[in-house]
Amino acid sequence: MDVAELVDELISICGADGVVSDAVARRTYESDGLLQYKVQPGAVVLPTTTEQVSRVVSLCHRNEIPWVARGSGTGLSGGALPVADGVLIVMSRMRKILEVDLANQRVVLEPGVTNREISMAVSPSHFYPPDPSSQIVCSIGGNIAENSGGLHCFKYGFTTNYVHGLEVVLPDGQVVELGGKEMDAPGYDLIGAFVGSEGTLGIATRITLRIVPVPETVRTLIAYFKSVGPAGQTVSDIVADGALPGAIEMMDNAAIKACEDSTHIGMPIDAGAALIVELDGPEAECEARFEGVVKNCENNGATEVHVAANEAERELIWKARKAAFAAMGRIAPNYYVQDGVIPRTRLGEVLERIASLGREYDLVVANVFHAGDGNLHPLVCYDGSVPGEAERAEECAGLIVQACLDAGGSITGEHGVGIDKKRFMSGMFTDDDLAVFQRLRCAFDPEQRANPGKVMPTPRLCGEVPGPYRRHPLEVAGIAERV
Amino acid sequence: MAKTEIRTETPATPSEAAEAMQALAADGTPLRVRGGGTKFAWGSECEPGAIISTASLTEVKEHNAADMTAILGSGTPLAQAQETFAKSGQMLALDPPLVGEAATIGGIIATNDSGPLRHRYRAARDLVLGMTVVLSDGTLARSGSRVIKNVAGYDIAKLFAGSLGTLGLIVEVIVRLHPLPRRTVTVLGESADPASLQSALFDLGHAPLEIEAFDVAWAGGGRVLARFGGVAPEGQAANARILLNKAGLDVTETDDDAANWTDQRDAQRAPQGEVSVKLSALPADFEKVVAATQRLGGRLVGRAGLGLYWLRTPSTVALGEIRSQLSTVARHIVLLDAPDDVRAEGQVWGEPDPGTLRLMQAVKSRFDPAGICAPGLFVGGI
Repeated sequence: MDVAELVDELISICGADGVVSDAVARRTYESDGLLQYKVQPGAVVLPTTTEQVSRVVSLCHRNEIPWVARGSGTGLSGGALPVADGVLIVMSRMRKILEVDLANQRVVLEPGVTNREISMAVSPSHFYPPDPSSQIVCSIGGNIAENSGGLHCFKYGFTTNYVHGLEVVLPDGQVVELGGKEMDAPGYDLIGAFVGSEGTLGIATRITLRIVPVPETVRTLIAYFKSVGPAGQTVSDIVADGALPGAIEMMDNAAIKACEDSTHIGMPIDAGAALIVELDGPEAECEARFEGVVKNCENNGATEVHVAANEAERELIWKARKAAFAAMGRIAPNYYVQDGVIPRTRLGEVLERIASLGREYDLVVANVFHAGDGNLHPLVCYDGSVPGEAERAEECAGLIVQACLDAGGSITGEHGVGIDKKRFMSGMFTDDDLAVFQRLRCAFDPEQRANPGKVMPTPRLCGEVPGPYRRHPLEVAGIAERV
Repeated sequence: MAKTEIRTETPATPSEAAEAMQALAADGTPLRVRGGGTKFAWGSECEPGAIISTASLTEVKEHNAADMTAILGSGTPLAQAQETFAKSGQMLALDPPLVGEAATIGGIIATNDSGPLRHRYRAARDLVLGMTVVLSDGTLARSGSRVIKNVAGYDIAKLFAGSLGTLGLIVEVIVRLHPLPRRTVTVLGESADPASLQSALFDLGHAPLEIEAFDVAWAGGGRVLARFGGVAPEGQAANARILLNKAGLDVTETDDDAANWTDQRDAQRAPQGEVSVKLSALPADFEKVVAATQRLGGRLVGRAGLGLYWLRTPSTVALGEIRSQLSTVARHIVLLDAPDDVRAEGQVWGEPDPGTLRLMQAVKSRFDPAGICAPGLFVGGI
């Protein structure tokens, strides 16, 4: 059935102001945070209750219509890219904070609540640690789908470490309650399977999270080095000492220059690397540790170590780091950001490889990364108006991902696979690995109508009697190949 | 009663394990996975025709000290792995009861067992970065990665953590390690008044402290334990003492605290003649949990900040009675150790929500279509 034929029924479920069917208005939703991909959804709905979500999904199920859930649309892998013959279910009108239970350190939320609002609702005594850079707008529902990280995840963990309960609308429209405020519900950890599943297993409509007390104190420094190598060694030394910093961020020379040009905070533009280290926690422990961090920077030849004397200075340091993506506009009109992860110890050689790729492709590659957990964000800068440059940038970015895989890493640390990185999945996983992923998908969504075409590199069916993909003898012999 | 002979397979490599599983699936032989055997009795009754032992999958394949990760065969005893890590001043932050040091990493993950360190470092599922599994049709597959941050692909390891071997066999895991605290100090507060203990737990749990382990025990009287680690744990310990004093507890402090914590974790297991159940409750309901414990004549240890408790009662107390006394305070009640006749009462897991159970059954039938992985052992007869 065509989506257009469902519009009346969608209106009867969500109301006239909860359905967008006009072609011009639908264009608003053609991309998420990754603008390279555009697809106009067949119809858009903005439900306000779990019941509406369930009825919309049931309607799609009965009429064999695919659908995609979308939060605030800040994702960087095209995970919320609509499908043309499907319904886009936008969760941003379900944004009530349902309960703040400080006594038990839990919050219960609708999925459209923004990440930042959670910490604000439980402040000043508590906070919610996973803090993606888009936290002012990104929604907790989207964070659940992507298992979002952020600056603080090296110490505090990821979204998946904080989710205790989910109400989920399954792809057949059924509503299930997984977990709750209490821990360790008997049975399979379906919450663990759901968080990070990129909208392919269902839609979370109510979310219970754990929150934690705000640390007693925070100490922050920025140190500059001649090159990235010693900065990387400093990170290893800090961690080897037994410190678990709240955040460790690094920028290379290209990123420093761009950030300084846009923020003028006084970063030396000839520095090869800048390292931001923040320790948080109990006063005595932070003080004792912080001295060690400063020593580690000095021992590795830091040219300058600037310790934030007060909150204003600390904010200035973070302003420079958070300006990095936007500052790339000073280098080139467009950039392509990657999200590969490598073991921390391979940092030097991988950065070397990235630099040589930049030279080979004649493109500026600026590096900003979460150094503690080895999550790189190389920004491949290009000018989309120059014919062929976008393609060159994409190819270069692809080789950077390959370099991360070669170093024993991952294709994505926090942005997700979505549509953008699924072509790299076969480089990280074997056919049998992917077939096991597919079994989980099929258990939740045998007709595969939830966010179709994402995550998995090639379409796969859910058989009635599931079995892993086995290469056909003709394939093994090289006579035929799978398309 | 005569039982048919149970044969044991002891594969030495993941591919041998895959062959063994496939052969068992071919003739429909139900199997159980066995690690160190310290929790083999957990779950509902299940009579396997074969056992797959991980006793030969015991290699610490890699310990990347600088990256603080390790790759372990699932049959590796945790105690053995910890010795390796400790040489570099590191630990895998899991400290469940080890029962003669036999408990293996695979068994601990498959049962979601944990100890006091769970307060700060979370559960086994949170420390596993990657996992290689063998399914009953012989599929050998890996998920996750060897880096500490990764969102590529589905998190199959979380599904297998706590699945009690009902989805397949865990053959290898990649884990994240943490630094061993340089020094530790434990603050202990005692009181016979549950209300005072509750108030102390609240104050400590909401203070801006980094508590390594935060436990409670009740056996007629009660005790709060908070362990601090790092380079300067005394400052935090002093703050904790103030809070416990204010709540009216008798407070002591020790840096020779290993035995205190061994007692806490060992009390999670029941000796012969006793029953142990694991309870999930809200942290603020501690007093109610104590009241129910007293009515049952039991004793309790638990993770105060998490609302997880292990209750022990004499095996003369019926499981139905335990469930009914706790029904209003504990959302989940799971039987762990018990004599066979108590287990045979068939109330090991409690009643799962029907919708959630259907989803779990769908997962089970996709991963183990032959239905040979510990049939009947798990929640809802899975």
